[in-house]
Amino acid sequence: MADYKEIVGAYKEVPGGLIEAYHALQREFNYIPEEAVEEAAQIFDIPKAKAYGVATFYSYFKVGKRGKYIIRICESAPCHIAGAAQVVSALEKELGIKMGETTADGLFTLEFTECVGQCQATPVITINSKPYEDLTPDKINAILAEYK
Amino acid sequence: MAEEMRILMRNYGKIDPLNIDDYINAGGYKGLEKARAMSQKDLIAEVQKSGLRGRGGAGFNAGMKWGFSYNTPADQKYVVCNADEGEPGTYKDRLIMENDPQSVLEGMAVCGYAIGSNKGYIYCRGEYPYVVEKLNTAIEQAKAKGVLGDFDIEVRMGAGAYVCGEESALIESIEGHRGEPRFKPPFPPVTGLWGKPTIVNNVETFANIPLILEKGADWFAGIGAKSYPGTKLMTLTGDVANRTFIEVPTDTTIRQVIFDFGGGIPGGKKFKAVQIGGTSGGFIPESLLDTAIDFDSMGAIGATLGSGAVFVMDESRDVVDVINQITKFFEHESCGKCSPCREGTKRMHEMVKYIYSGRGTAADLDLLERLGTVMSKACLCGLGQAAPSPVLTTLQHFKADYTAKFN
Ligand SMILES: Cc1cc2nc3c(=O)[nH]c(=O)nc-3n(C[C@H](O)[C@H](O)[C@H](O)COP(=O)(O)O)c2cc1C
Ligand code: SF4
Ligand code: FES
Repeated sequence: MADYKEIVGAYKEVPGGLIEAYHALQREFNYIPEEAVEEAAQIFDIPKAKAYGVATFYSYFKVGKRGKYIIRICESAPCHIAGAAQVVSALEKELGIKMGETTADGLFTLEFTECVGQCQATPVITINSKPYEDLTPDKINAILAEYK
Repeated sequence: MAEEMRILMRNYGKIDPLNIDDYINAGGYKGLEKARAMSQKDLIAEVQKSGLRGRGGAGFNAGMKWGFSYNTPADQKYVVCNADEGEPGTYKDRLIMENDPQSVLEGMAVCGYAIGSNKGYIYCRGEYPYVVEKLNTAIEQAKAKGVLGDFDIEVRMGAGAYVCGEESALIESIEGHRGEPRFKPPFPPVTGLWGKPTIVNNVETFANIPLILEKGADWFAGIGAKSYPGTKLMTLTGDVANRTFIEVPTDTTIRQVIFDFGGGIPGGKKFKAVQIGGTSGGFIPESLLDTAIDFDSMGAIGATLGSGAVFVMDESRDVVDVINQITKFFEHESCGKCSPCREGTKRMHEMVKYIYSGRGTAADLDLLERLGTVMSKACLCGLGQAAPSPVLTTLQHFKADYTAKFN
């Protein structure tokens, strides 16, 4: 397992590097481990509250564990009227979890997101930022199979 | 039928975006060369004369903005490209960056020369990691070719906060802080990134620059609407036959955008409403469709051009359902720094939910309107100021959808 200190430390001299460090942590773990936030506070020499404040401000950052694959469903208006709610139901049913939860095997987390900029083909979901477009409930199985 | 005019997208589908030689062979970097042969003052005057106004929503004259930074002496200045593209329904900056990234780099380098800056940042939204990769490749190629001279460009990635598209919040975010907007003045061109003079321009704004230099300010000023010249990239979403992008002169009307270019409403249904400029834009009814899309014409009907997103709704859509979703968006995206927005967006969504559930009365609509009016005046930044706009414009044009909910 990679060392938090090493990952975060690489950004110490980068101006505004805290957010870059958090991105790097998420590339490694998919989430920001709680201890890594405290480590970041030390390395950047800022109060812990500030390190947490930054980590929790941004919806793409998550302090604490989540699944290996983060499925985000766009709920902005264009996706909403195109049937995002049906896609949500299909995903919840297929994975046996509710929005915001992670499957017991730690594989999938379901999250809402706002527009991901692929609105030419609504509704849209992303899995670890890779977009899947023009979704209908019957397409969900095949997509999830890629990740199982 | 009206024609598209591809200025920005002149290279779309014609060049390999990840091969800088293609861009150069198509005339790329001639604008920068020309710019560097001019004095900074003349260059800024030329950009100002073109009439190019910001494509990120606020519509400020780009050359005039550059002039503020040029006139502020400092040991360091910055050029920031706003690639946060957070307005739902908008994907035009992605298209530019994916299909012609060098045009953005060239525009930034011109700005760098104009104001006296050797450092640029592109703040790209976290939703676009695949765009970040392309930008980094494009930057490497430009550096290897030496076309940027001593102008350095670095990409920074956002992390899913809509408010970070607001320029001072964006600056805070690059500095590594929570993305909360700053009190203004001072404005970024004078006191921006790390307190230094900073130009923040939208991707589309920068991408317009090379051709303005190559073909001249007068050429550009002659295209489209006089007070907001050039073309605009529009992204069509919702109930429209062609969900695609178009690039049209700014004197094109909304009706032409939806019916000529967009192919009208699918399924033989009738048009009901269009929201332009993203989720913070106003709703426009049928009777106003002959308005031109330029910044000032849109403002005159209480709407906005904004990012150029065009979200079409057919007769089957329930405006209150859509507004419920939109007010939820603003509640979620409010940064919480100022109370009119922190409280206001929450209460606004609460009231709309209440009305949507059938428990509302006419008095609630009055309250909603009052709250919206207060927010548009009292909020600190554009997020809170614009958040009520969809509510207020639907109360104005689509009140029947609200009253239909009353039990
Ligand atoms: C809440 C909010 C979100 C914004 N989002 C963006 C955005 O995603 N992209 C953008 O270019 N401008 C955005 N803006 C406008 C910027 O504050 C700023 O006006 C713009 O980057 C200036 O560039 P321009 O003059 O080239 O348009 C936003 C403004 C507000 C208030
Ligand atoms: S208006 Fe909203 S987003 Fe803007 S500063 Fe106030 S709370 Fe933050
Ligand atoms: S509205 Fe869902 S991707 Fe843009």
